[in-house]
Amino acid sequence: MAKGIRILGPRKSDADLPWGMDLNVQDCYQCQKCSAGCPVAFAMDFRPNQIMQMVNLGQRERVLACKTIWVCASCYTCSTRCPNDIDIAGIMDWLRQTALRAGVKPAEKEVALFHAAFLDAIRTYGRVHELFLIANYKMKSGKLFDDFKLGWKMFVKGKLKLLPSRVNKKNEISELFRKAE
Amino acid sequence: MKVSYYPGCALHGTAIEYDESTKAVSRMLGVELCELPDWNCCGASSAHATDSSLALNLAARNLAIASAQGRDTVVPCAACYSRLKAAAHERHQEAGNGNHQPAPNILSLLEFLSGYELNSKMTALRQKSLAGLKLVCYYGCLLVRPPKVTGAKNCENPEQMDRLLKIMGAEVLPWSYKTDCCGGSLVLTRPDIVRHLVQRLLERAIEAGAEAIVVACPLCQSNLDSRQEEISREAGKIYAVPVLYITELAGLALGHSEAPKWFKRHLVNPKKLLATKGLW
Repeated sequence: MAKGIRILGPRKSDADLPWGMDLNVQDCYQCQKCSAGCPVAFAMDFRPNQIMQMVNLGQRERVLACKTIWVCASCYTCSTRCPNDIDIAGIMDWLRQTALRAGVKPAEKEVALFHAAFLDAIRTYGRVHELFLIANYKMKSGKLFDDFKLGWKMFVKGKLKLLPSRVNKKNEISELFRKAE
Repeated sequence: MKVSYYPGCALHGTAIEYDESTKAVSRMLGVELCELPDWNCCGASSAHATDSSLALNLAARNLAIASAQGRDTVVPCAACYSRLKAAAHERHQEAGNGNHQPAPNILSLLEFLSGYELNSKMTALRQKSLAGLKLVCYYGCLLVRPPKVTGAKNCENPEQMDRLLKIMGAEVLPWSYKTDCCGGSLVLTRPDIVRHLVQRLLERAIEAGAEAIVVACPLCQSNLDSRQEEISREAGKIYAVPVLYITELAGLALGHSEAPKWFKRHLVNPKKLLATKGLW
């Protein structure tokens, strides 16, 4: 089986967490308002309302392996408009977190690798140095030449700094990551 | 007036002109921006996609620094604003249970500039009118959503930026895409989705009669500004809509001498448009 992408360590208690704990997904009555307003629904394999139903039916493997949870852009249009006050975007976060922790292979590998590169940048400097982030993401994803011309243009315009801006008390940042491992 | 300033990572890099114009406009309005000492990245979408407690703690470290400064904290980036507000919201609920100190007051730069005092100052200090400049305001997602966290009064039709631009004399046009997502969080990973969303925004802005789009978020700006050449190539139709920061236009209206320097950093150069309106 293909491997998942590890960003933080596997959570030992993962198996003990009840599926959908503390989330009011069961309030969903399938009005589909979330899917109607979702700007990226066209690129999803299941629409947000279908994901709610799948969660309710306990279809854990199917949900964690789908594209939708990675394509979701976290724009919060769904959470804002849901008549039953379900935080759908928050549920997408929970599903992404669960997929990563459980070692499920992400259906949109690049998105998960980007998050890994982004958190690497925070771990290293406490802040995101864009050049470091882009280079690291390219190394991880193998997409070395995508957007090369655009990157060069931004560099010429003085928009990509060579030297990182960083946090002095780095131990405080390391501590936050240690807590999350 | 003295406030704390949380620039966020983008303003030290790709959005350097947003940082420069924010500082310039603040100085002209008599506001002293004190950068939060040793601030760290808010975690953005990558932290909350990975671990809720890490996302909260990264933002909360900044809240603790802001609390120690004891002033309102102004945040120019919509994504940082959203993360800090979400953490403050969570802290606030915990404080309700008697667990923690109340969180510091977090304001988006747009909220801050829209306050009564600065609004009046802007009116009084205006040097140039932006008359004749046809604009649409693009707020994007995270300045307004989720309203439970941001406290936005009208999250489907925000108007703060519209009002500021009217004070500067610009012609602000109505359109229905003020808060539609540009796909910022997918910028490097799914550029195809981003191009689709951005093209729609550009199309609708042009349809509304806009000559430029005004933003108050570094991620929206870079997303809308930098993909136009690719979109043009794909669509076989040329898109060249300048995407300007609200602070750049404020600097222009207040007569700041460095305004042309900011505009030169844009990929779609607004020079021609501004020159035809006698603003360059």
